[in-house]
Amino acid sequence: MIQTIAFYLFAVLTIASAAATILSRNPVHSVLFLILAFFNAAGLMVLTGAEFIAMLLVIVYVGAVAVLFLFVVMMLDIDFAELRAGFVKNFPLGMLVAVVLLAEMVLGIGAYKAGALDLGTPDGTAATPAGASNVEAIGGLMYSRYLFLFEAAGLILLVAMVGAIVLTHRQRSGTRGQKISKQNARRPDEATVNVKPEVGKGVSL
Amino acid sequence: MDWSQSLRLIAPEETLSVASLVLLLVAAWGGDKAARLISILAVAALVAAGVLVAPALCGGAMGAETSAFFGQFRADAFASYAKILIYLSAAVSLVIAPAFFDRFKAMRAEYPVLVLLAALGTGMMVSATDLLTLYIGLEMNSLAAYVLAAFLRTDGRSAEAGLKYFVLGALASGILLFGMSLTYGFAGATSFAGISASMTQGLSNGALFGIVFVFAGLAFKISAAPFHMWTPDVYEGAPTPVTTLFATAAKVGALGLTMRVAFEAFGDQSAAWQQIVVFAALASIVIGALGAIRQDNIKRLMAYSSINNVGFILIGLAVANPEGAAAMLYYMAIYVAMTVGGFVAILMLKDENGEPVEEISRMAGLSRTRPGLALALAMIMFSLAGIPPLFGFWGKFLVFKAAVDGGMVALAAIGFAASVIGAFYYLKVVKVIYFDEAADVVKGESDFWHKLILVLSCVFISPLGYLLTPWFDGLTRTAAAALFSGL
Repeated sequence: MIQTIAFYLFAVLTIASAAATILSRNPVHSVLFLILAFFNAAGLMVLTGAEFIAMLLVIVYVGAVAVLFLFVVMMLDIDFAELRAGFVKNFPLGMLVAVVLLAEMVLGIGAYKAGALDLGTPDGTAATPAGASNVEAIGGLMYSRYLFLFEAAGLILLVAMVGAIVLTHRQRSGTRGQKISKQNARRPDEATVNVKPEVGKGVSL
Repeated sequence: MDWSQSLRLIAPEETLSVASLVLLLVAAWGGDKAARLISILAVAALVAAGVLVAPALCGGAMGAETSAFFGQFRADAFASYAKILIYLSAAVSLVIAPAFFDRFKAMRAEYPVLVLLAALGTGMMVSATDLLTLYIGLEMNSLAAYVLAAFLRTDGRSAEAGLKYFVLGALASGILLFGMSLTYGFAGATSFAGISASMTQGLSNGALFGIVFVFAGLAFKISAAPFHMWTPDVYEGAPTPVTTLFATAAKVGALGLTMRVAFEAFGDQSAAWQQIVVFAALASIVIGALGAIRQDNIKRLMAYSSINNVGFILIGLAVANPEGAAAMLYYMAIYVAMTVGGFVAILMLKDENGEPVEEISRMAGLSRTRPGLALALAMIMFSLAGIPPLFGFWGKFLVFKAAVDGGMVALAAIGFAASVIGAFYYLKVVKVIYFDEAADVVKGESDFWHKLILVLSCVFISPLGYLLTPWFDGLTRTAAAALFSGL
């Protein structure tokens, strides 16, 4: 029972926040709603017993979105004083959201403790090996059955890296890079001079 | 599953990946000065990979012993046929590149490496027998293609082409992934054999949506109407050697992939996708023909011509039998030769300062300044229009014959009528270069390799090409049989 309630809560909030992502006018709000959508999707994953994927979703997507958020904040002209202006007025609403999130977490954890959602019996390649944790099961497949595709995915990352360098790297003229061999070849006697300046004349270098 | 057997089957892929990694190191240390050397080695790697795939085609490999890595990859005669075309066109785009890039001082060492990786991804696409392999091969090819389209990054049109291709390509990948996840959700398997087995009892609505989205994503990649909008802009803006790669290797790969998905994954449900393919075929033929009429840029014209040709190739897919598949494969080989010839001829159109001439109006009277080039261009245009006795006619003939034999007379008739519209703009180019007042613009000297490849492709599409018919008939039939043996 508690799983079903938690499922509908997460599912409704995922869809609602996804809709809010594309409907809100303020890009910062959009990003925050996107994060909320990811968190709720992660909650759904936890409910089905895929806690590793839930963690990945939070770490990778929310982490990536946090960076995206930084870019948005840096690139857009957003008046933060104006954003903070309604703090007292919106405080009750904020508290309400916080309470909803807290309830979600309590419910989610309770549902997780009560066992995963029953989604029908997985069979064939989709079944998790008995007794293995999520990470073990994924690792066991990724490095054996899907080894070929895993390596190929590595090559895609290489293509992306080469591409980024090809498109953005350029040789700037007039930059002074470090030349280690030249540094090491330098001797004290050619780098230092001993001068005896006369009083009141100064030094010419 | 036998690991050593699997590793043996992916020998061409291993060759290409190791070659690209080693050449990347050479590029890192040698810099752009080593670009020529890397190009030569990359062509050698492509030839070696081609030699490694050839036995599967000659021996007509099919069935379980060609399947590697738990049914994720298949190195049968069909894959081998497509891979030979892909590696050949990738090698051509490497050979013709230096003469083009040198003028912009943009021949960089990464170009051959990216072409190798694109060829590797394209080869994986035609070997894919699993949705995951499909997607990974497609993304490898696409990512390399986005970078290659924007390779002349100081040129605004090239950057625009890269950006447009990237944004629209990412959208298409998203659509494709959505379709694949629906298919996986309703079929319970990612392998084509598993999907096919789960659909023998009929098709649920969800799986039907999956098929529609998968075909929409694939139609984008083969630039079939109504998902063709990016093609003219990307083909025009991308550097010409890269456009050659897009119009040949990438297109053969995407078409091969479409055939695999259609026949192996959804083979029992052909009624579900035939309407989509018939619509895409007719729309591509008509839009390709009508869109090209008002173009003055020859690269845009070639882009519409490729949309038009994809339409004809899709007629073979709509028939959904081995004869249609063999006709498609035959058409693809001829199409690659015509397209390579066409783009090399475009590369050779240069004014006295060596600047490329892309406007058709400035080619007026080409037959007086460069009679050989004019003759080659005219041959390619006639062949693209499908006028006998040139070889381009034979491809169209086979596709229409397959459609008529398969009971799709209406489709063949409409396609035939639309090909007459298409002939108009090809003949317009011939008229401009032969009968118009000479503009005396094209005077630049041509590279030896350009001339050689143009001559070779012209000999192939000339009536002499018909001498290859028995041989090609055998190869395409073997390849098509291998594709259908999994059913």
